[in-house]
Amino acid sequence: MSPKIKLVVIGNGPVGHNFLEYLVETGKADEYQVTVFGEEPLPAYDRVHLTSWFKNQSVDDINMVSEGFYPSNNFTLHSGDKVTKIDRFKRVVTSEAGLEVSYDKIILATGSFPFVPPVPGHDRDNVFVYRTIDDLEKITAAAKTGKVGAVIGGGLLGLEAAKALMDLDLKTHVIEFAPRLMAVQVDDGGGNMLCKKIQDLGVSVHTQKNTQNIGDGDTAFHKMSFADGQELETDIIVFSAGIRPRDELARQTGLGMGARGGVVINNNCLTSDNDIYAIGEVALWDNKIYGLIAPGNAMAKAAVDHLTETGTSEFAGADMSTKLKLMGVDVASIGDAHGTTPNSRSYTYVNDREEVYKKIVVSEDDKYLLGAVLIGDAAEYGSLLQFMLNKMELPSEPEGLILPSLDGSSSGIGVDALPDSAVLCSCMNVSKADVINAVEAGATDMAAIKSCTKAATGCGGCTALVTQVLNCELEKQGVEVNTDLCEHFAYTRQDLYNIIRVEQIKSFEELLEKHGTGLGCDICKPTTANILASCWNDHVLDSNLQGLQDTNDYFMGNMQKDGTYSVVPRVPGGEITADKLIVLGEVAKKYKLYTKITGGQRVDLFGARSEQLPDIWRELVDAGFETGHAYGKSLRTVKSCVGSTWCRYGVQDSMALSILLENRYKGLRSPHKLKMAVSGCTRECAEAQSKDVGIIATENGWNMYVCGNGGMKPRHADLFASDLTDVELIKYIDRFYMFYVRTADRLQRTSVWMDNMEGGLEYLKSVIIDDKLGLAAELEQEMSTVVDTYQCEWKTTIEDPEKMKRFSHFVNSKLHDENVIFTTEREQIRPALTSERTSETA
Amino acid sequence: MTTTDQQWFDICNIDDILPSMGRCALFNEQQVAIFRVVDQSGKEQFFAIDNFCPFSESNTLSRGLTGSITDKIVVASPLYKQHFDLTTGICLEDESVSVNTYPVRLNGSTVQLAA
Repeated sequence: MSPKIKLVVIGNGPVGHNFLEYLVETGKADEYQVTVFGEEPLPAYDRVHLTSWFKNQSVDDINMVSEGFYPSNNFTLHSGDKVTKIDRFKRVVTSEAGLEVSYDKIILATGSFPFVPPVPGHDRDNVFVYRTIDDLEKITAAAKTGKVGAVIGGGLLGLEAAKALMDLDLKTHVIEFAPRLMAVQVDDGGGNMLCKKIQDLGVSVHTQKNTQNIGDGDTAFHKMSFADGQELETDIIVFSAGIRPRDELARQTGLGMGARGGVVINNNCLTSDNDIYAIGEVALWDNKIYGLIAPGNAMAKAAVDHLTETGTSEFAGADMSTKLKLMGVDVASIGDAHGTTPNSRSYTYVNDREEVYKKIVVSEDDKYLLGAVLIGDAAEYGSLLQFMLNKMELPSEPEGLILPSLDGSSSGIGVDALPDSAVLCSCMNVSKADVINAVEAGATDMAAIKSCTKAATGCGGCTALVTQVLNCELEKQGVEVNTDLCEHFAYTRQDLYNIIRVEQIKSFEELLEKHGTGLGCDICKPTTANILASCWNDHVLDSNLQGLQDTNDYFMGNMQKDGTYSVVPRVPGGEITADKLIVLGEVAKKYKLYTKITGGQRVDLFGARSEQLPDIWRELVDAGFETGHAYGKSLRTVKSCVGSTWCRYGVQDSMALSILLENRYKGLRSPHKLKMAVSGCTRECAEAQSKDVGIIATENGWNMYVCGNGGMKPRHADLFASDLTDVELIKYIDRFYMFYVRTADRLQRTSVWMDNMEGGLEYLKSVIIDDKLGLAAELEQEMSTVVDTYQCEWKTTIEDPEKMKRFSHFVNSKLHDENVIFTTEREQIRPALTSERTSETA
Repeated sequence: MTTTDQQWFDICNIDDILPSMGRCALFNEQQVAIFRVVDQSGKEQFFAIDNFCPFSESNTLSRGLTGSITDKIVVASPLYKQHFDLTTGICLEDESVSVNTYPVRLNGSTVQLAA
């Protein structure tokens, strides 16, 4: 084997890290002896989502490095140590700590630094920049004693910083030198609309302000003085006045530089030295520095392709179109947003009531889209970007693309016309061909597309477009998108739910007669029983419902592999008295059941034969236990930590809340099982972010997370609302669950439900919090009916001699099933294997 | 299946088996699942098959849900959901697998099985 090539990567930011990821993907990483230097003490993290660090102040949320990435690939990482010298003759780099590493090839990914203009006073205390976690920690500490914050710079990053200051409860000002916000990306009209919307949120915007001095304040820590004579008092100042390449090392090494900084690179990202590549914000291509992550990644890919000779991609400039949400405001900019192309035409739509601004810039002949600005509503971003990137001919009246359609029809792009090469998702670089391939490989819904192509998992701006391509391809490939529940009902679960509600249907026979065919089956019967329970909440074994129940619901226990059942009493919040624990032990001992403590903080008892169930449950009910619904598509448990009652870190009484919630939602039948958890502080010991609804205590109330999931496809829950009171929290959970019960498919967990929902989390918020559909009162009423009609299914059953009869194994004998045979393992029973059966007894 | 010289044995009262459901009977030391289903024409019918499910190797078929798949009347195995044709005992998902069927009838209000 030939000796390894010595590769030194200088810089461990997002682009430097992505370079390494791409290198691993080539499968040739083991041909290199890789040494990485990073100036910051932490391995690479996602700077683009820096603001989300404030949510939990945890690096985990934005960490980019999967566990063991460096050691498992034999990459040596020196964090907290920067390279100070490259000796191109000895071919050795030297670090600040004195390390000397020889190299064959170098990747320079030193990034950029925030530009701080030399205003007098810029070096005072409590003046910050917004770039690293260290910066955020300093800003957070300073915010504890301050009341007012000002950001100098109204660009993209400046507005992000302003959001951070607002979240720290500071009265926030944005100071911009130009006459409008986001001067690079949006035009005057868009900038004005953006300004208006951001002021509505409580941020004061000051444009055309040239800061000339920062000195001592009278009412606050600083006084800022502007060229027009005005002044502003503030406790904290954050500079966000653009970036400059970190090119001092390159300059000192003698590489070719741009007149205003930056290391000059060619299309392969090679610098003037054929053994040194430069990528990311330090690199200057065609006299341009690209301050976004996507072009940085494209450079990293080009460098890997050239270095390893495994690909042919080159960096040929990047489209700087962008769509983002700034403080909840949609902002998008495409191509020539300012209409600087000679003879270009523009069309503008302004709606002051809804605070929406849209402009498109088209070629002189109206045929091609050159650019666009969208503020307040960026729904058309995806299709407009495709028109521009693919040079597709526009419809004859291009203004129709941004005008609201009065008949509700969409005037967007015909997805069929898109070339296969069209990039649908620019965050994850997913092309139309990638989506088509995924459909050919069997993906039939958005959740599957997201999981195998990663499309629409970045900013989500392309969701609508990707959905259209998906549906169009399914249709073309002859895949009939059949959403019928089963052969007996040509309806979705949601349709059936609405039919049952509206027509007040109370039985399967009535539903089948009016809307179905055949006798029904093991799909539509339990689904109907489930919907009837969500709507009317009658007992599962009522005469018109019992025949619809899956065996688990019928025997009110989970059938195990040998036909026996589990017994799972409810233990709300996992809190249980010693006396009740003793009862569980005594019952388990008496009926010789296998016992196991579960992740849901309760005790499962296994191995009960059907005829034993009534006796077991009678003893449990007499001791004050209720059914735990472990068998139902319904609320399982509300897991909890002990909270502020016992824990020295707890800030709220998570125990009391979890018991309240478990008792409120127990018995709610839903499209799939539901799990909840409540953590008493941000340490999150109850693992609430893996639940359908998770609640984490804050000093001011409760943070609500939704649509998390453990299991086969884990998904972290999304933050839905912050600092809620008990009353607000319960209101939102009521609405959330009933909206899920109404609209989800059969056996669809909340995570997949939301992933398939157009508009996703934001849409869900608009329905649940803002009551966009005017449904809130109805949903709350429906939940209140379910809560008020709760009964313990087992208690009702054992009080009814008729219902008790059906639990015997034989209709004509008191014997029990002799095929149920146990053996002993670790001092407990377990089902005997076939090979063990002959020698064991029942 | 049903011939005149068969000897019929009383198993249970019709009310012991709820409409559209099954119960297990002990018959000649065999576990037999008996189902009571109203067919597509509105006529009440009884079916009897093995209670033993060959996929899960457990005595559970009587606890499955009944229904129809196209024109066949079936029961779904409660553990792994394979469908068995109640008339022939053949598994719809895997025709090489089948369970035994038994002659069954309603005599007055008594459900009977024949050997």
